[in-house]
Amino acid sequence: MNFSELFKLTGLLSRFSPNGKCLASCVQYRLVVRDVSTLQVLQLYTCLDQIQHIEWSSDSLFILCAMYKRGIVQVWSLEQPDWHCKIDEGSAGLVASCWSPDGRHILNTTEFHLRITVWSLCTKSVSYIKYPKACQQGIAFTKDGRYMAVAERRDCKDFVSIFVCSDWQLLRHFDTETQDLFGIEWAPNGCVLAVWDTCLEYKILLYSLDGRLLSTYRAYEWSLGIKSIAWSPSSQFLAIGSYDEKVRILNHVTWKKITEFEHPTTIANTKTIVYKEVEKSPSAETERLSLPPSRASASSWFSTQSKYDISQVPVSLHHIKPVADRANPKIGVGMLAFSADNCFLATKNDNIPNAVWIWDIQKLKLFVVLEQLSAIQSFQWDPRQPRLALCTGNSKVYLWSPAGCVSVQVPMEGDFQIVSLSWHSSGDSMALLSKDNFCVCYLEREEV
Amino acid sequence: MGDWKTVTVPVLPSDGKNIFQYTSERRISSPGMNSQVLRLPLPSSKSMHTFFSAFCTEENIEQSLSYLDRELTTLGFPSIFAEPRGRELNLISVINCMNELLVLQHKNLRAQEEVEMQHLKLGSDMDHLQNCYAKLKEQLELSKREIVGLQERDRQLQTKNRNLHQLLKNEKDEVQKLQNIISSRATQYNHDMKRKEREYNKLKERLHQLVMNKKDKKIAMEVLNYVGRADGKRGAWRTDKTEARNEEEMYKVLLSDFEQRQKQLLVENAELKKVLQQMKKEIISLLPPQKQKPKERSEDGPVLSDLEEDIGELNKENMWELSCETVREQLTNSIRKQWRMLKNHVEKLDNQVSRVHSGALNDKDVISREDHELETEKLELEIQQCKEMIKTQQQLLQQQLMSPCDDDTTLLLQDCYLLEEKERLQEEWRLFREQKKNFEKERRSFTEAAIRLGLERKAFEEDRGAWLKQQFLSPDQDNRLAKSASRQRKPHCLSSPLSAESWQQTPQSITNNSAASTPPARDSKPNQWEESEGEETE
Repeated sequence: MNFSELFKLTGLLSRFSPNGKCLASCVQYRLVVRDVSTLQVLQLYTCLDQIQHIEWSSDSLFILCAMYKRGIVQVWSLEQPDWHCKIDEGSAGLVASCWSPDGRHILNTTEFHLRITVWSLCTKSVSYIKYPKACQQGIAFTKDGRYMAVAERRDCKDFVSIFVCSDWQLLRHFDTETQDLFGIEWAPNGCVLAVWDTCLEYKILLYSLDGRLLSTYRAYEWSLGIKSIAWSPSSQFLAIGSYDEKVRILNHVTWKKITEFEHPTTIANTKTIVYKEVEKSPSAETERLSLPPSRASASSWFSTQSKYDISQVPVSLHHIKPVADRANPKIGVGMLAFSADNCFLATKNDNIPNAVWIWDIQKLKLFVVLEQLSAIQSFQWDPRQPRLALCTGNSKVYLWSPAGCVSVQVPMEGDFQIVSLSWHSSGDSMALLSKDNFCVCYLEREEV
Repeated sequence: MGDWKTVTVPVLPSDGKNIFQYTSERRISSPGMNSQVLRLPLPSSKSMHTFFSAFCTEENIEQSLSYLDRELTTLGFPSIFAEPRGRELNLISVINCMNELLVLQHKNLRAQEEVEMQHLKLGSDMDHLQNCYAKLKEQLELSKREIVGLQERDRQLQTKNRNLHQLLKNEKDEVQKLQNIISSRATQYNHDMKRKEREYNKLKERLHQLVMNKKDKKIAMEVLNYVGRADGKRGAWRTDKTEARNEEEMYKVLLSDFEQRQKQLLVENAELKKVLQQMKKEIISLLPPQKQKPKERSEDGPVLSDLEEDIGELNKENMWELSCETVREQLTNSIRKQWRMLKNHVEKLDNQVSRVHSGALNDKDVISREDHELETEKLELEIQQCKEMIKTQQQLLQQQLMSPCDDDTTLLLQDCYLLEEKERLQEEWRLFREQKKNFEKERRSFTEAAIRLGLERKAFEEDRGAWLKQQFLSPDQDNRLAKSASRQRKPHCLSSPLSAESWQQTPQSITNNSAASTPPARDSKPNQWEESEGEETE
């Protein structure tokens, strides 16, 4: 594994381009585009204000930079650095901005979710979508980019509108039987839309592309409901993580639950492998001591190495008791992700914050539990192979694959607390982001 | 009580005054009786004299006698006097009376004994009964107390039960209440939320209006130049046609997804059916054949065999392509039946094994085991023998190899092992060569015959051609000639017209063997070769 040097970053805004050639990162109001393999600066753009959000267009030719405070979106072209485009929402304000799948339209959500404006870069036309729903995931595009689903709310009722992305024609408009729609997500095959309700009601509805209700699933009443959902890459399974610390898997044939995954604080099954991160005491290699001590060795003295040990089952995991009278308690399955080959599901139970649970989907059983020393910040699957990278807010990056797991110390001077990471689309490298910096880590083919 | 002694009481004149005293001190008899009637327990011999002398003395003999007579007559005895109111004693009657009195006395004694025995018995029975009564009374008391105790406990338990039921009901009621509260609060919150949302919507509308008013001033997009579309095409107007096209596209997407899924399901189905078929075959092979006896499964047997046949036929017809209900059901039903039979078989085997283990005497099992052991012993013996034989053979072989002898003898010895084989082989070779020669001869004759036939055929063809020519040129005269000619020809080569037709119909192909074996001259006339073969076979 090779690590690049640290580069400045603000706001965790670092994105690989869809074609995998470039890496865009933001420093305050500047946008820096680098080449992925050499990390040389290809382009440098200056925006009008501090950038809150950047996004590559699907053909990797354009980047949009959204500045919510000023209500401006600036679009830059990679081919023509002189080309500029500025979209000013003015008094309407700006809350969110994203590209359309064809890479030529920008969808701006104005303040208070008054409307969604569709600006076109090809023509002078502007479209408006009224009454969008103010929720976490209100806009969803199908994977092939043909259709867009928008959640709406009129007269205290939830609706979903399906638009054709090529000409923004309204295809279907139907109401959903939700109390307060929380999110929508397309299945990877683009034929089924999952719509789920607020956490006060456990309800998930599955609609077909043409607006028919295929199925409704309710696991229980009254207690807090759905926290997160994830589709499997083959659209075969829908994993629903809920506040009762369980993940329920629905199958695409009958839309009924096929299994439940529990996240108990004690793991008793002998077939589960539990990897526990333990600190390795740094070996004092006295022969290598040199005065004055170089920077690299100094940092390695003070940072503790760690490695994984296999714990004997039964294992009791460190858990926290969430505060009972607060909203959005830290309890339940809050992070779910399927691996790219559909074989594994990684979950995190928020009241066992140091553990990642990896489930074998072929056998529908718990496979591995990774117990870390501090709380998991984020994890992401390699887009090519069943390999999971996770970070816990220290300067180590952890990799797991069915062959084993490894803890890698990022050889950086100073403090580098990795809060987020993102894989390159080829699976050969990944960007490790901290609050102020980022670095790129290159993996060799024979890595874990 | 003691034995009663039968004492012959002699009549003794003796001092009898004590008798009265004696008897009056004794038990008091029934008040009705005269005090003078004596009750006699066993008096001691001492008092005998006094007793008997007390009643009658010398002075009152007559009075005693008359008194006795009176008493006896009142008792029903005959008078002791010879004549009534006489003074002379009838001795015989006196003796009789005495005897009677003795007998009576005995009887009375016995009766008294019996009565006293009975009295004692009754007394003891009474005691016993009283004891029993006392015990039973005690028991009754105890039971009553116990019952009372148990009743008390039962009552307590019932109250406890009632309390618990009550608690449960209370809890249930509370739960129900809480649920009702929750639902009512939820509706309340929803209602409030809706109200707030409506207000919020109104604000939004107002804001929207304000924003739209200022639209022309600020909200705009500045762009250097418009970019071409990603796919390079031009934008199109939105029309009904485009709408229809969009609908179509959407349905196409859905349909393709359905088709893909159906394909997957079909493939899966086919695989599963194959697996079921395999399983069925294996189950059938596992089952022992006697399980198919009709006497054991009379009703299943023929049905099964029918099913088997049907399914056997279906197997041949690529069953996995048929997906209709009946076929599917048949397959699963047959597998279920087979599986049940196999299960029964295995259970029976298990029972057998367990019986053998427990050592129960079942003829078949015991014999089989003994047989098994005998067999093993036999086999072991055989193995021993074979081993010995092999050893001896080896030894002999060793001797042969090791023994030093000159070349001739060794050669001879070596040869003698193979001599028989050699001779046999030579015989066979000879036979083979003979046969080969015969075959060659035959072949030559065949080819000659073929050549001859060919020539004949040629000649026949020429004749035929000429005859036809003649017929065409001069039809009347030559008809008769041709007919006669044909009639002549027919017996000459009987098979040839028929075979000529067959020649023309048969393909002109020769097998490689025949082509290779025939001499080059044959190649020009392949049909003849076939024809000759045909003749041979006919």
